[in-house]
Amino acid sequence: MIQIDNVTKRFPGGQEALAGLTFAVERGEMVFVTGHSGAGKSTLLKLIALIERPTSGQVIVDGQNTRRVRRRKIPAYRRQIGMVFQDHKLLYDRPVFDNVALPLIIAGVGHRETGRRVRAALDQVGLLHKERQNPETLSAGEQQRVGIARAIVTRPKLLIADEPTGNLDPDLSLEVMRIFRRFNEVGVTVLIASHDIALIDRLGCRRIDLDKGRLRLPVEDEQAFLIDSDAEHGRWQ
Amino acid sequence: MAMTRHSDAVAPVRSSGPLFTWLSRHANLSVGTLGRLCKQPFASLMIVLVIAITLAIPAALNLVVKNAQAISSGWDNALDFSVYLKSALSAADAENLRTIIEQRADVDTVRLITADEALREFKSRSGFGEALEHLSENPLPHALVVRPSPVNTEKSLILLQEEIATLPEAELVQVDTEWVRRFHAILDILKRVIAIGTALLAAAIIVIIGNTIRLEIQNRREEIEVTKLIGASNAFVRRPFLWSGFWYGVLGDLLALGLVYYGLYLLREPAAKLAGLYNSQVTMLSLNLEECVVIVATAVGLGLVGSWFAAARHMRRIEPR
Repeated sequence: MIQIDNVTKRFPGGQEALAGLTFAVERGEMVFVTGHSGAGKSTLLKLIALIERPTSGQVIVDGQNTRRVRRRKIPAYRRQIGMVFQDHKLLYDRPVFDNVALPLIIAGVGHRETGRRVRAALDQVGLLHKERQNPETLSAGEQQRVGIARAIVTRPKLLIADEPTGNLDPDLSLEVMRIFRRFNEVGVTVLIASHDIALIDRLGCRRIDLDKGRLRLPVEDEQAFLIDSDAEHGRWQ
Repeated sequence: MAMTRHSDAVAPVRSSGPLFTWLSRHANLSVGTLGRLCKQPFASLMIVLVIAITLAIPAALNLVVKNAQAISSGWDNALDFSVYLKSALSAADAENLRTIIEQRADVDTVRLITADEALREFKSRSGFGEALEHLSENPLPHALVVRPSPVNTEKSLILLQEEIATLPEAELVQVDTEWVRRFHAILDILKRVIAIGTALLAAAIIVIIGNTIRLEIQNRREEIEVTKLIGASNAFVRRPFLWSGFWYGVLGDLLALGLVYYGLYLLREPAAKLAGLYNSQVTMLSLNLEECVVIVATAVGLGLVGSWFAAARHMRRIEPR
């Protein structure tokens, strides 16, 4: 579903957010991207959402090379991906229903169908009874669930989330992660950037660990490369 | 796009066509945008007022010219000139001359005013009636009032007048309606000045609306970013701002029409008084339907153009980060 092929992202200031990163996410997988802040997690998601473009290398999402997606086609490309953000990015001048309906309105879905799908999405995140409320009146956890409902209302095949539990306490975090899990169980590929290792371990999903824009080896292999890893730590800390 | 199609495919129970959906979205949007304007009544009213005044000025000036033209178009004798004949000439000879002149291609009609008729008219109109009774004989000559045919140019008209003046029977050719033509010339200049002014004011409206929309875009920057982030095209994000521009145009010109009509109402009485002084039946002309439609269409068009420019310029710069 996602192929990251030798991707480097260098920002105008010269700092390198990603350095020759390569990995793949299979269709129907649920994968976490972990790492310290500044490790390149957000940059990676931005490349997938085409908010940024790689300096070199290829990002291929559902068979489409993002390099070939032209500027004018970016909106249509983004509509295929459900996106969840740490700060929810809801619109506070309209009720929950309208927030969730927005992607459908953008896609030009009919009125009745929109209502049906918005309610289905709100039902899936357990907020059907709050559709008329303004998101401002909801708790942080509820707001994040509205964000998730908006991301899945178009039934995307891929869901990406940047620190979706960043502002939530452990109980709410687990609840949010379980919602993601449920979507994954019905076939949606999920990629979540998070630094909440304890929570991720409880869910038992694959982890892609980033460090300074590079792939850190999976935890179970870490022993074998202990010396190498330590040397790196020593250099950076 | 594989996935877009996918999302369409899972929506088989679409109750209505895409056109209907599109129309109903626009209907929603138009009402929503109007509601947004009404939420800040003072700010919106200010902008609408500026647009209205800017529209009302050229509309009012055009009305002034139109009225002036309407009054002066009653003077279709603008080209007429009088030929006073030698006093020795008999009425029969004068009548002969009349028919001869009237046969010319560059002459429309010729009216003969005999000396007797002229005296009668003079008596009744001049107020010297009684004094004139004492005249032993009629001092007035026969006269011809020549109306040249409308095909005449300025030059051929002068030529015609000169030719008639050289006739042995003619004593004097008098052109006494020159001022009407001058008046028309002045009106023509005035019309052109108004046209230039209208063009400038139209540009001003584009700037005013463009600037208003620019501020609106800045205020809603975050919303635009979020909508773009979840896949809205520039056209989609632009739409509400085009509707704003549309409403500014509509409200502006409704108010402009109101101002013009109120101005007419205020002028009605003094205008009637003036007409009365001239024994005239002329009533003030108002805007006709066609002109109203032109004003409304112009304002709406300017509103759309202004907002489109602003949106196109500023929307592209707002990209999610």
